[in-house]
Amino acid sequence: MQLDRIAQSLLLKEFISGFILTVKYFFKPKATLNYPFEMGHRGPRFRGEHALRRYPNGEERCIACKLCEAICPAQAITIEAGPRRNDGTRRTTRYDIDMVKCIYCGMCQEACPVDAIVEGPNLEFSVETREELYYDKAKLLENGERWEREIAKNLAKNAPYR
Amino acid sequence: MAKIIVDGVEVDVPAEYTLLQAAEMAGAEIPRFCYHERLSIAGNCRMCLVEVKGAPKPVASCAWGVRDCRPGPNGEPPEISTKSPTVKKAREGVMEFLLINHPLDCPICDQGGQCDLQDQAMAYGVDSSRFHENKRAVTDKYLGPLVRTSMNRCIHCTRCVRFSAEVAGVPDLGALWRGEDMEITSYLEKALGSELQANVADLCPVGALTHKPEAYHYRPWELTKTDSVDVMDAVGSSIRVDSRGREVMRILPRVNEAVNEEWITDKTRQIVDGLRLQRLDRPFVRENGRLRPASWQEAFATIANRVKGTDPKRIGAIVGDLAAVEEMYALKLLMESLGVTNIDARQDGSVLTPVYGRGSYLFNTTISGIEDADAILIVGSNPRIEASLVNVRIRKRWRAAPPPIALIGEHADLTYPYEYLGAGPETLSELASGRHSFIEKLRGAERPLIIVGQGALSRPDGLAVLSTVAQLARDVGAVKDGWTGFSVLHTAASRVGALDLGLVPGEWGLNAQTMVQGEVDVLFNLGADEIDIAPGAFVIYQGTHGDRGAHRADVILPAATYTEKSGTYVNTEGRVQLANRAAFAPGEAREDWAILRALSDVLGHRLPFDSLNALRAKLYAAYPHFAAVETVQPADSFAAIQALANVGGSLGREPFVSPVKDFYLTNPIARASGVMAECSALARELKLEAAE
Repeated sequence: MQLDRIAQSLLLKEFISGFILTVKYFFKPKATLNYPFEMGHRGPRFRGEHALRRYPNGEERCIACKLCEAICPAQAITIEAGPRRNDGTRRTTRYDIDMVKCIYCGMCQEACPVDAIVEGPNLEFSVETREELYYDKAKLLENGERWEREIAKNLAKNAPYR
Repeated sequence: MAKIIVDGVEVDVPAEYTLLQAAEMAGAEIPRFCYHERLSIAGNCRMCLVEVKGAPKPVASCAWGVRDCRPGPNGEPPEISTKSPTVKKAREGVMEFLLINHPLDCPICDQGGQCDLQDQAMAYGVDSSRFHENKRAVTDKYLGPLVRTSMNRCIHCTRCVRFSAEVAGVPDLGALWRGEDMEITSYLEKALGSELQANVADLCPVGALTHKPEAYHYRPWELTKTDSVDVMDAVGSSIRVDSRGREVMRILPRVNEAVNEEWITDKTRQIVDGLRLQRLDRPFVRENGRLRPASWQEAFATIANRVKGTDPKRIGAIVGDLAAVEEMYALKLLMESLGVTNIDARQDGSVLTPVYGRGSYLFNTTISGIEDADAILIVGSNPRIEASLVNVRIRKRWRAAPPPIALIGEHADLTYPYEYLGAGPETLSELASGRHSFIEKLRGAERPLIIVGQGALSRPDGLAVLSTVAQLARDVGAVKDGWTGFSVLHTAASRVGALDLGLVPGEWGLNAQTMVQGEVDVLFNLGADEIDIAPGAFVIYQGTHGDRGAHRADVILPAATYTEKSGTYVNTEGRVQLANRAAFAPGEAREDWAILRALSDVLGHRLPFDSLNALRAKLYAAYPHFAAVETVQPADSFAAIQALANVGGSLGREPFVSPVKDFYLTNPIARASGVMAECSALARELKLEAAE
C-alpha cells in the first residue's frame, strides 16, 4: 500500500492525467463567449427590455385597455388614457414602466390583446442613473421601432404555441 | 301570499311577484339584462329563462307571475327549477345569440370590467361561437354631451327607452325597425332633453351607452370607492365617489330608497371636472387692488388686523350653499366669541327661520312620503330643476295612480300634467280663502301635500306667503296624526343644517341682504357665491373656487369641497347624512373647520376643539339630532304650522319666480365645470328652439 502510493507520486501520475485533460480541452471548441463581441442564443420567448409596437402603417398598436397595468404583479406600469385629439379613438396619454420595479415576468405581453407591449430580445440596457430606468411612452415606442424586426420574427416563431 | 317551490326550497311570496322575484327570495340567482326592478317589464332579452314544472318550454321568469303558475295535480305548490340542465342549455343558447352581433371589443370598451354581458358570458356562456357570418353594424347616434353611444354593442334590452319614458318622463329615446335591424335612437339625432339622462348609461347592461365626459379615462378596477352624499341640491342624493390617487374620477348613485332610489341628476354626476378646475389652492391677500398669493400666516395676520379694530356690530358673516354643518358650527362659535350677531345662512333672502320650530322649514312629508299623497299642490317652485329627484317621486306617484296636482308659480314642463292655478300670491290667497275650485280637491283628499318652494319664500312678503300656505295646510287638514302635508322644498344643501344650528341674525343682527349693502365693515363669507357684495366692506372669503365670492374678496382662504372633507349635511327632509373624504384638497387648501380653528387662534378666541372628532362631540352635545346619521328626527310640525299660520301679513303682487335660473350652473363647482357649461348652452339652445 505504502509502496503503491510512493510509486504514483514518483511517476507524477495525477499531474500527467490532469495535463492530458487540459490538452484534450485545448483542442476542443471553446465553450465561453467573447461577450461584448459575441452573444449567446436567445429563444423567441426571451423576456428582455420592453417595447411598444406599431402597426406596419405606423399606427400605434396600444389601445389603452390597461390590462397590462392590471395584471402587472410588481405594479410597474402606469397608464393614463383618453380619446385621441384628432379621431377620438382610445389611446394612452401616458404609458410608463418603472424598469426598476419590473420583474420581467412577461405577464404584460401575455395580457396584451393587440401585441402592443412586448418584452423584446434586448438585455443590454444598463444605465448609470435610476431615472433613466423610468421608461415613458416615447422611449418604449422608440424601442419598438428599433427592435421591430426581431420582435416580429420572435412572435411569428412563437405563434404556433399560443 | 302564494307558495312556490324554487329548486326544491319552498318559499312563501306575495302572489303578484314574478318568478324572478320569487327565485331571488329563495336565494337563487337569475341572470338578466332587460329586467330592472324600477322599470316596467319588457321580457325581451330572454336571459332569465327558468323551467316551470309542467310547462312545455322554459319561461322568461321576469314576465311570468307566481299567480300564473298552475298547482300540481294534487294541489302541490308550483315548482320551478333554475339550475336544471335544460335551464343551463337555454341560457347558453340565449347567450350565444346575444353574442352573435356583439362586437368583441371589450379592451376598448369603457364598460369593460363593469359589464353585465361580460360577467354573465363568463358565468353562463360557452367558450366559443358557431357564428361565422358578418356581424351587424349600426351607426352611432348623437345623444348629447353626456351620453356616448357605440350602437354595435347594443343588445336591445330597451332599459334606456323605458327609463326615459317612465322615470325621466322625457321620451326622447325609442327603437326603430325590428329584429336584427332594431336600432335605439333619439329619432332626430338631437341631444336628450332630460336632466336625468346620464342614468341611461348606468342602466345600459353593455357598453352601448357610456358616459361621454369621462370616456376612456379610467377602468373600474383602478378606482377607490367612497360612499358620500351629494350637495348640488337640497335632496342630498346618496352617491359613491370614485377616485384615483388625488383625483375624483367619477360620481355614481348609491341605492337609497328614502331619497334618490338609484338615480342622480346629471349635475350631481358630471360636475367632476369642476372639482379640478378654477380651484383656490393657496391663500390670497388683496394689495393695491390686486390679489396676490400669500402664506396662511400673512392671510390670518391681515384678518386679525382688520377684525381687532372693528366694532362687533360692524362685523358680519354669511354662509353659502355648500357648507357642511361642522364648519357652520365652528363659524357660529367664532362669531359668538367675537360678540357678532350679524350672521346669516340665507343668501337668497329666504324668510325661513328656526323661530317657529323645526317643522316650519322641513320637507315634513319626506321624499318617500310623496308616494302616499293623494293631492299635491306646488307653490312657487319648479321641482324639476330645483330638486329633480323630488320631481321624479311626484312623477312616480302620478304614474301609479294620477292624483290631482296643481301648481302656483312659473309655468313649466314638470313631465306630468298638472292644473295650472296662477302665477302669484293672488291665486294663493284665493285658494286659501276657499274661493278657488281646487280647494275642494285638497279638502277631499285624505293625505294632501302642499310643497312650498324658495321662489315663494325668497321675497319681501315671503313670511306672509309661508303663513298663508300654513293656513291653507291647516284648513285642508294636511297636518294630522300620521300625515304632515306641509313641506318646504329647499334648494341649498347647507340650508337646513344652518337653520338647525340657528344661523340667522341674532338680536339686532343684520340679515345677508342688508350686510352686503355696506352695513358692515368686515364680512366673513363662508362660500356664498350667489350674492353681490357692495364695495366698501373688507371681505374674507373662505371657499373652494375662483367664483363671484373670491373676485370680491380681500383675503381668500382656500378650502375643501364636499369630496375632500368629512362633513355632515342635512337634506330638505331634515335627514342627517355624512359626506366622506374621497380625495385631498389641492395645494395649501385645508378643511374648513380647521381653517376656522386656526383663525380663531390668531384672533385670540381659540375654539375649544383640536380635531374633527372633538368638534363633533361638542356639536352632538349641543344639537343631539346631528348624531343620528341617516335618519330624520321627527319635528313637531303641528305646533310649527299653527305658529306660522298665526303670523299673517299682507301678500305682495309679484308672481313667484323659481330661484334656479339655470339648472346646470347653480353653484361654484358647477360653474367651473366645462361639461356643465356645455349642457347649459345646449339647454338654452333647446329653450330658444322651443320658443320659436
